[in-house]
Amino acid sequence: MEKTTLFDKIWDSHVVKSVPAGPDVFFIDKHFIHEVTSPVAFLNLEKRGITVKYPEKTIATPDHNVPTVDQDQTIKDKLSRMQVERLRENCKRYGIELHDLGSAHHGIVHVIGPELGVTQPGMTIVCGDSHTSTHGAFGAIAFGIGTSEVEMVLATQCIMQSKAKKMRISVNGTLGSGVTSKDIILYIISKISAAGATGYFVEYAGSAIQSLSMEARMTICNMSIEMGARGGLIAPDETTFDYLKGKRYSPKGEAWDKAVAYWKTLKTDEGAIFDEELVFDAADIEPMITYGTNPGMGIKVVGNIPTTEGMEGSNKTSYLKSLDYMGFAPGEAVQGKLVDYVFVGSCTNGRIEDIRSVAQFVKGHKKADNITAWIVPGSREVEKMAHEEGLVKILEEAGFELRQPGCSACLAMNDDKIPSGKYAVSTSNRNFEGRQGPGARTMLASPLTVAAVAITGRITDPREVFEN
Amino acid sequence: MAYDKFTVLRSTAVPLPTENVDTDQIIPARFLKATEREGFGDNLFRDWRYDVEGNPKKDFVLNDSTYSGKILVSGKNFGSGSSREHAVWAIYDYGFRCVVSSFFADIFKNNCLNIGVLPVTVSAEFADKLFAAIQADPKTEIEVNLPEQKIKLLATGEFETFDINEYKKDNMQNGFDDIDYLLNMSSEIDAFAASK
Repeated sequence: MEKTTLFDKIWDSHVVKSVPAGPDVFFIDKHFIHEVTSPVAFLNLEKRGITVKYPEKTIATPDHNVPTVDQDQTIKDKLSRMQVERLRENCKRYGIELHDLGSAHHGIVHVIGPELGVTQPGMTIVCGDSHTSTHGAFGAIAFGIGTSEVEMVLATQCIMQSKAKKMRISVNGTLGSGVTSKDIILYIISKISAAGATGYFVEYAGSAIQSLSMEARMTICNMSIEMGARGGLIAPDETTFDYLKGKRYSPKGEAWDKAVAYWKTLKTDEGAIFDEELVFDAADIEPMITYGTNPGMGIKVVGNIPTTEGMEGSNKTSYLKSLDYMGFAPGEAVQGKLVDYVFVGSCTNGRIEDIRSVAQFVKGHKKADNITAWIVPGSREVEKMAHEEGLVKILEEAGFELRQPGCSACLAMNDDKIPSGKYAVSTSNRNFEGRQGPGARTMLASPLTVAAVAITGRITDPREVFEN
Repeated sequence: MAYDKFTVLRSTAVPLPTENVDTDQIIPARFLKATEREGFGDNLFRDWRYDVEGNPKKDFVLNDSTYSGKILVSGKNFGSGSSREHAVWAIYDYGFRCVVSSFFADIFKNNCLNIGVLPVTVSAEFADKLFAAIQADPKTEIEVNLPEQKIKLLATGEFETFDINEYKKDNMQNGFDDIDYLLNMSSEIDAFAASK
């Protein structure tokens, strides 16, 4: 029998038809929508005079532009309000399940999907958001799509895409203390560049990956897009099943046993061929931070910004433009640099485990005076748990400001903006120019590193604070 | 929904040799709040094009009247990051019909094809040739011939062929889109859904 990869197994079983010399007609099991990339899709359905084919396969939540304060009140920003209201109208009109602002399961779409047990192994999942790759942590094929494709899924439950090439990235061994899954993914991207996996779907494997919790796996899969990959996935195992058991939409009773039996088959056959294989050693990975304006521009926190040696032409120009934006010079160290803001949140690191690790770290400490510290839970569920576990109290005593769930300062569509020229060390996923507000300078890092920076007010290796 | 048909485009081009241009640069998130697909071109490259007071930045290529045209020639890894189709809407609305680069991000490329902006991938050498030719003579014309899958510098006749799958090529030439195709196979999709 042909040896196939996990990606092959899921992809091939969802192809309705292969168009000759064209893409596959690819069936989508679950479709997540939010307020920003869906309104034009609904508008086009209306223009074409067609409806939503399987409304029960789509789930909605407003997350990108919602305020993170006073969510019980009318949204002040007119355009944001209109988008959220349009989402409500569309969901009502077509019978789509909506987890609205203030409801028990409101939150960032990639946080609530897993929390609700909507995300399951073997599924195909899309959303008009590139971080849909997050759901791959459950052994699903999940990726971001454009609004035209959102319209296709609403109208036909299918999109037309060619199958990606396959890459396996193995991380073997044991992670050092103070090193998290965020460091793993920032390390990988720094090695292969922000475009290094373009055209590929990545399977993450190896003992270091298998040892991770679901939350930590989601962080890794989430950032697959930051190296250009279509998506990333991890074979489901006991950790996955334990996480899903008892979730609202997880199968129950006999159906659960049947599902688990199927999920256990979802793995890459030994000897299956990938188009590209990369292997890393967990012991080589240290706490990471980015210094530039794409997520591939990362170094270890104790490292130096690369010099321009060996660079030429537009490569060098682009590199220097990036450093100029950040206010950094080639060759210098980042450790010890003053920081203005820290942000804990986003679909990358806004889950309960992230908040726990920050709280544990800052317990009994105060944030530095020069730091404004925002913590934005990924969902209402996360917020509730943080309260129940006493984490909010710890964080507030340390000087963190807890805000309400949403994408918030990750992309600064709402008022949560980092001022121009200021430095933010952020648990989010993108350090692009202006990503966290016009002129804002973003450095990406793990929740632990962010916690260390909050306490010292400077770029700091979390292991140093640990040791002291 | 049918879009403009694309066959042969002859035009001057705008050069943007910067690498890793992400979709947050093409259109920043704060301009994604519309509920209709209108007016995005005004905010194309907003923060590179205008200062905080909204004054045009003189050193940005879109503010340099020397360069114009329906073709944008860009540095490698163009369109990375966010899946926002608004980035392509902005490019289209501004007046571009073709984007040329030695390397495109995946989702961006799909989004282009879905709304009728032709993404043309050329070799790094040919991209350099294009940049040099445009900078030497901003009025130089480039021909993008979709039926023949050829991109040519008209002044010298130098050309390169480019890849596009037959299905997408047919769509672009005829102004069809994927939904037209998918709606025609509704019963096959129903049968597939029922079998799962």
